Amino acid sequence: MKLLFDLFVIFARIGGFTFGGGYAMLPMLQKEVVEKRKWATQDELMDYYAIGQCTPGIIAVNVATFIGTKLRGFWGALFATLGVITPSIIIIMIIAAFISGFQDIEIVTHAFNGIRAAVVALILSSVIKLSKKSIVDKITVVIFVLVAILSFFTDISPVVFIIAVAFISLAVNMIKEKKMKGGKEK
Amino acid sequence: MIFLELFFRFFFVGLFSVGGGLATLPFLTDMGEVTGWFNQTDISNMIAISESTPGPIGINMATYVGFQMGEGLGGMPGGLFGALVAPLGLTAPALILVLAISKVLLKFRSSKYVEWVFYGLRAASLGLIASACMGVAKIAFFSADVFAESGNFLMAVDYKSIILSVLIFIGVTKFKKIHPIVFILIAAVVGVVFKF
Repeated sequence: MKLLFDLFVIFARIGGFTFGGGYAMLPMLQKEVVEKRKWATQDELMDYYAIGQCTPGIIAVNVATFIGTKLRGFWGALFATLGVITPSIIIIMIIAAFISGFQDIEIVTHAFNGIRAAVVALILSSVIKLSKKSIVDKITVVIFVLVAILSFFTDISPVVFIIAVAFISLAVNMIKEKKMKGGKEK
Repeated sequence: MIFLELFFRFFFVGLFSVGGGLATLPFLTDMGEVTGWFNQTDISNMIAISESTPGPIGINMATYVGFQMGEGLGGMPGGLFGALVAPLGLTAPALILVLAISKVLLKFRSSKYVEWVFYGLRAASLGLIASACMGVAKIAFFSADVFAESGNFLMAVDYKSIILSVLIFIGVTKFKKIHPIVFILIAAVVGVVFKF
């Protein structure tokens, strides 16, 4: 029970302070889920992001569901997911009901422009942290650089990258193993 | 009855939009045209609000659309109910699907084939995140409007934002114990005080 409550509260905190979508959630997840609570490892978090990008639905919700399921099955998934969406629902309800022209209020624009600058720094620092585990050799360097550049400069969907890389990665490893075995036999 | 329709319409959006909140956009445009619940202006308002409030963008948009639709039908109570129904509809398919996938994944976690696939996927996933970071940086550091008006690249660069970003990056790297929320709050205050 305690853990379910924690899942809800922690994911609500993450949802309430994520500005700019699922990717911006990464620094928060690293801090709360990996470093502070050890609910998942860095590797697992990256795996969830990879799958979360090619399964339907919101990335943030998908990642929350993964972590919730890992800890407490269905109920864990439910509580983590409800946690991550609750702050949004409340905040948007209030804005939609009472504040018209919210996005044009000057103070909101200034605050949000400041937050954006912070989000860039936070995501960048997460990417650097994660790169130690994810970028391990020449092949992974090439994959990382190509995906980052192509995804930034073209409109290709993330799904295409994930599926293509899954096959490439499998093939590369199969060839590697074949070579290793061939080497041993000689 | 119409709220059931709202739920299932968002359920389908959730089922077919892959790749994050903004991927729901074409589906929402289509939904507005088919049902007449909201128009293109509502949608552009909705994007602006979704991006300037915390939380997943897709959830923000669903909540806003649900409210608009419900309010037109039954005033404030209708709006609040719609704002609850739409995001739950959007979330439900992902919850079910990911639950199933993660059960399978936990079972085959130690399989060498799964490990082989993820070896490249981790790098690709990080590449996508890096690209998202560049996307935010482009908006944060560069004003397309100013560039279009003046034609001067240097004038369109937002130096204040770059300095703030660099300072926060140094802060994050030096003080690892400080929570990201603290940096976000500091940046919001700096943004208001120095009129970013």
